[in-house]
Amino acid sequence: MNLQAGKFKAGDRVTVKFEDRPGHIRTPWYIRGKTGWIERVYGDFLNPESLAFGRDGLPKRTLYLVAFNQSDVWPKAVGSKDKILVDIYEHWLIPAA
Amino acid sequence: MPRGHHDIGGLPGAGKIDQTEHELSDWEILADAVNQALGARGIKRTDEMRRAREEMDSATYRDMTYYERWIASIEAILIEKNILTKEEIDRKLAEFESKWGEP
Amino acid sequence: MSDGHDTRETPQDHGHEHPKHELSYYAKRIYAIRDLLLEKGVITDKDIQSQVEYQEARSPANGAKLVARAWIDPAFKARFIGDPKAACAEMGIDAASINEFVVLENTEKVRHMVVCTLCSCYPRPILGRPPDWYKSFNYRQRAVNDPRGVMREFGLVLPDDVAVRIHDSTADIRYLVLPLRPKGTEGLSETQLAKLVTRDSMIGVMDALPALPPS
Repeated sequence: MNLQAGKFKAGDRVTVKFEDRPGHIRTPWYIRGKTGWIERVYGDFLNPESLAFGRDGLPKRTLYLVAFNQSDVWPKAVGSKDKILVDIYEHWLIPAA
Repeated sequence: MPRGHHDIGGLPGAGKIDQTEHELSDWEILADAVNQALGARGIKRTDEMRRAREEMDSATYRDMTYYERWIASIEAILIEKNILTKEEIDRKLAEFESKWGEP
Repeated sequence: MSDGHDTRETPQDHGHEHPKHELSYYAKRIYAIRDLLLEKGVITDKDIQSQVEYQEARSPANGAKLVARAWIDPAFKARFIGDPKAACAEMGIDAASINEFVVLENTEKVRHMVVCTLCSCYPRPILGRPPDWYKSFNYRQRAVNDPRGVMREFGLVLPDDVAVRIHDSTADIRYLVLPLRPKGTEGLSETQLAKLVTRDSMIGVMDALPALPPS
């Protein structure tokens, strides 16, 4: 497993960007704009947004396992202690305010 | 840019999950194998196929079965890459249909 | 195939056969696409056949073997969680085509569940093809905001003090749940244990089956 460090490390609080640009996006709509924390750094991968259009996927992007409280993602999940974890590329994340 | 028709996590209105399973038909096994074979030969990437499905007409996307969507995206990508044309697929299909008979 | 109307027969008569003229529009088209690709030398008969065979060699039984070994052998379990592809290779299971493989260990207090809301990503090289329900719109929609409701449909009711971690598999990582070893299985052999490990328990919508009744 490629353990090259990206911008974020485990434990960092991050917010998922809310963009609605066209193209092949692997950041689900429901998680955009939500704040969670880095659970794991997966390493660098070819960018699917580029690969989807026959391009070479470079430069590689760091992929993270980002965890969120269900109660922060869904209005009806008030009081839940469950978590939701999503694999998100670095260019979709900003440090949480 | 509206939310993609494939981007459905958390959308309301979903019902009970149908747990019945169906044995794959010959054509589904073939679709699966052709898809994998094209990937193994480096002709297309999975990301291109996903993108083709996302670009489909939304009503059609919801109505098609899983492997029908795969076949539609295989066709779209092969045409996009100028490997096949729609016309030659139509012609070949017409040849088959004349042998297979009328429904 | 018995009707013999195809110009080229591929020996993959493994599925449920429909008379060709009854197939839907796209179902028919894949035969035309296949023939054209073969004629143009884009892929070969052997390419197709080897993919059919690759797929047939993959089933939940592979995953069950890995889980049963992990239950019995703590050192293997550590290897399975630490480097799943290497652990698969030890057991003769070919996981080479998975880019990144992650094993999620269930405990008394934590249950994992896996979905691909955007399409149908699944650890196919280990478990084979995903079940229809995993690919369904209802599962893809509800798994993320109602995982406990989904688990209840599969017969798993969790108390409040057990936390659920729902993974949306959106990129190259492929996830396999390592279910909790059922209580009262201390005397069972690895083969017997493997029978308790269902495909659905490795997706995380249910626990492994309870211990077999004494025979």
